[in-house]
Amino acid sequence: MSTPPPPAHDHVGLPYAHDSARLHVTGRARYTDDLPELPGTLHAALGCAEVAHGRLSALDLDTVRQLPGVRAVLTAADLCHGTSCGPIEPDDPILCAGEVSFFGQPLFAVAADSVEIARRAVRLAWAEYETQPAHLDIASARAAADYVLPPVEMQRGDAAAALQQAPHRLQGQLSVGGQEHFYLEGQVSYAVPRDDGGLQLYCSTQHPSEMQQLVAEALGLPAHAVTVECRRIGGGFGGKETQSAQWACLAALLAQRTGRPVKLRLDRDVDIAVTGKRHDFAYDYDAGFDDSGRLHGLELTLAARCGHSADLSGPVNDRALFHVDNAYYLDAVTLHNLRLRTHTVSNTAFRGFGGPQGMFAIESVLDDIARTLQCDPLVVRRANFYGAAPRDTTHYGMTVADNVLPELVDQLERDSHYPERRHAIAAFNAASPVLKRGLALTPVKFGIAFTATHYNQAGALAHVYLDGSVLVSHGGIEMGQGLHIKVQQVVAEELGLPLERVRIGATDTAKVPNTSASAASSSADLNGQAARQAAGAIRTRLAALFAVLYGCHAATVEFKGGQVCSGEHRLDFSELVTLAYRRRLPLWEAGFYRTPKIHYDADTRQGRPFYYFAYGAAVSEVAVDTLSGATRLLAVDILHDVGRSLNPAIDRGQIEGGFVQGMGWLTSEELCWQPDGRLATHAPSTYKIPTAYDVPEHFTVTLFDNANIEEGLHHSKAVGEPPLMLALSVFFAIRDALGYCAAPGQRVPLAAPATPQAVLDALDAIGYRPGA
Amino acid sequence: MITLNINGQAMRVDAAPDTPLLWVLRDTLQMTGTKFGCGMALCGACTVHLDGQPIRSCSTPVSAAKGKKITTIEGVGHDRVGQAVQQAWQQLDVVQCGYCQSGQIMSAVALLHSNRNPSDADIDNAMGGNVCRCGTYVRIRAAIHEAAKLLA
Repeated sequence: MSTPPPPAHDHVGLPYAHDSARLHVTGRARYTDDLPELPGTLHAALGCAEVAHGRLSALDLDTVRQLPGVRAVLTAADLCHGTSCGPIEPDDPILCAGEVSFFGQPLFAVAADSVEIARRAVRLAWAEYETQPAHLDIASARAAADYVLPPVEMQRGDAAAALQQAPHRLQGQLSVGGQEHFYLEGQVSYAVPRDDGGLQLYCSTQHPSEMQQLVAEALGLPAHAVTVECRRIGGGFGGKETQSAQWACLAALLAQRTGRPVKLRLDRDVDIAVTGKRHDFAYDYDAGFDDSGRLHGLELTLAARCGHSADLSGPVNDRALFHVDNAYYLDAVTLHNLRLRTHTVSNTAFRGFGGPQGMFAIESVLDDIARTLQCDPLVVRRANFYGAAPRDTTHYGMTVADNVLPELVDQLERDSHYPERRHAIAAFNAASPVLKRGLALTPVKFGIAFTATHYNQAGALAHVYLDGSVLVSHGGIEMGQGLHIKVQQVVAEELGLPLERVRIGATDTAKVPNTSASAASSSADLNGQAARQAAGAIRTRLAALFAVLYGCHAATVEFKGGQVCSGEHRLDFSELVTLAYRRRLPLWEAGFYRTPKIHYDADTRQGRPFYYFAYGAAVSEVAVDTLSGATRLLAVDILHDVGRSLNPAIDRGQIEGGFVQGMGWLTSEELCWQPDGRLATHAPSTYKIPTAYDVPEHFTVTLFDNANIEEGLHHSKAVGEPPLMLALSVFFAIRDALGYCAAPGQRVPLAAPATPQAVLDALDAIGYRPGA
Repeated sequence: MITLNINGQAMRVDAAPDTPLLWVLRDTLQMTGTKFGCGMALCGACTVHLDGQPIRSCSTPVSAAKGKKITTIEGVGHDRVGQAVQQAWQQLDVVQCGYCQSGQIMSAVALLHSNRNPSDADIDNAMGGNVCRCGTYVRIRAAIHEAAKLLA
């Protein structure tokens, strides 16, 4: 699609490097654990439960307390105020109060003179448990009908009737695994008591305001006594949205108790063992369709392992339900969603937030249909795309107003030479009994906004100093997504300043209150708009002054290149600022933004939860070794829609990285629990995230030429999460390769992640013996 | 007391011989550019050079660094290769969250010291032990090629 050329901008749309690029390459960028420690700082460690489910019948901490250098030991009995750090439901104990609900649950915390002493001390504890049977997986929780939240139904039309009347019908079961966030910077909080009884907290988190609130509740303080600051985090991916709270609260409680600064930094193994992960899902489907593969009816059960508490499982599962359609019109559909309680860590936000698990289901169903009909899955995908009315409305009642996917997929199919490669692969596979190649093109449609409408708000604070430099604070967290450079570009554009005249400060609850998490891909949309509002208000005030000074109309005043002008009149921005100061005009502004147009009724499950959709598609080609089960991504071509990019360098990086992370989820990253509930894959030795070896030489990313039909922020679109789901193409390319091992019309029962074992299991199920 | 040669400077530190070099750098000397990732030499975030060779400082005892030249991210820009890598990294906007990147840069510089024109396979072999959760591998590979060009 050809859109009108974007308006000329000085900064917006330019490929500036990340705002801290220079600091990162010289080792000067400071993270929470890099901050200079104050004298007297204590270090904390956790004592954790060693059963998955049971009653803590005895906990002897005398030897822990007696170890020289131990300054404080904290148990649930010491929590005098808030006892939960749950974000929505109060069911996440800061420390276990007697009922152990997962292996590794923190029972107590120690603060000591050094990390070594603290860690040695926690091992001296003696605990006894009355063990109870544990539900560790979806099947056992489902059998016990144990839920963290009530089951949810969502439907449109009469799926049962449509299934009965459909020319073809197919039933099946699917599963997809969870995912460890593996942010390279682990969880860390550094709590510093203040002279007034308050607390300063430095915390690696995506959600400073929630940390402030939960820490204040735990300490029994008003929120104004707790300040949370974070300059940057070393990766979050959803894992520091709620999961940073427990460590923030414990560091704060130990600091309050000792009156000394306390740092709690989890070791990698502990971090992986005690923090929540992406939800794994199991699905049962019943699909009715016609000869073209078009769905007539679908009944789908989505069973999610939520872990021991609700955490964000409600909204995560909601988003899974919202994305079961992905790119496809579901005419008659019934969805059953089980939010299962298990005696494992509480699963949480992870890039995509349930969306990937929703899409996985429908893409699998369509792939199964295509294999049954013996046609290319791309044909079936196309047959089901959203189209003109009435095929333009989602199952939750939102109109897909700018359905660019048919066009986007056509372009990608053409540019990636999909048809030619399809023939080449068929020919290769016919002559190759052991190595099989596979190809898949999968689309993504991802809804942008927090599904809880009230989170879609943001604030910013802009200060203009007398030299004309500008400091902007906003509620978003820089976690590598390039948020700060985007906001910097937007503000510099608004005030017509060189980029370096604008600086983005650390995120600080004392600057902007009651912020939403940096999540839902929405940080630039929300905080960029708030910062733009603040800068715009200052600009308006300065333009009015300029108009008075020179007797011109304020509407004619331009801000560009660090100057302000109208006709032949011209002033340096800093000169105008000084004149404004002398006239006692305020040179700072707060900006506020709320996303327009969105609404959602949680009772009827209808509405417009999303401001707009972001789109994309990817073609992946893989090779599979049918003897070892090993797979390799050979090539990937991506065409992705970021609207009018605010910063193409940043956006392309998000697309590349999101794809790689999604590929890990679907191929190599496997979480395994031992029968006693202990997580076996708690270190990089046993949990394999993608490395340089896994990324193919042929890796192209093209931005789709498409302006956001909503005004948004300069008609850009969010980019953080959607590209992760482009990696579905890798999984379905592996399925495709295995399809060449199957009999005509046979489905490929491949579980995700497609580890070598899963591939071999699928080959067994198909009955393929290479070379036989 | 142990005397260490770090980035061309002699530094005396009071540390037990089995203390991991990473803790001496970060906690004793406040050189925090080198990061803790996993503590088991499996992620590469703590990579520094010992006599020009990339090593994992989290599992290298400080005693093993005695009498050798240690180079960290804070000093890697002192030579042409380090500067080229830092420049290429910025030109191609490699960094996302940044936490693994000092280790990535140390491994890349060591590679280019020994091989001025690495192939993609050479790069994957040299960089395979440095994980990046943001998935910047495509750009790391491109930036190493770019740095090689800058050095040609």
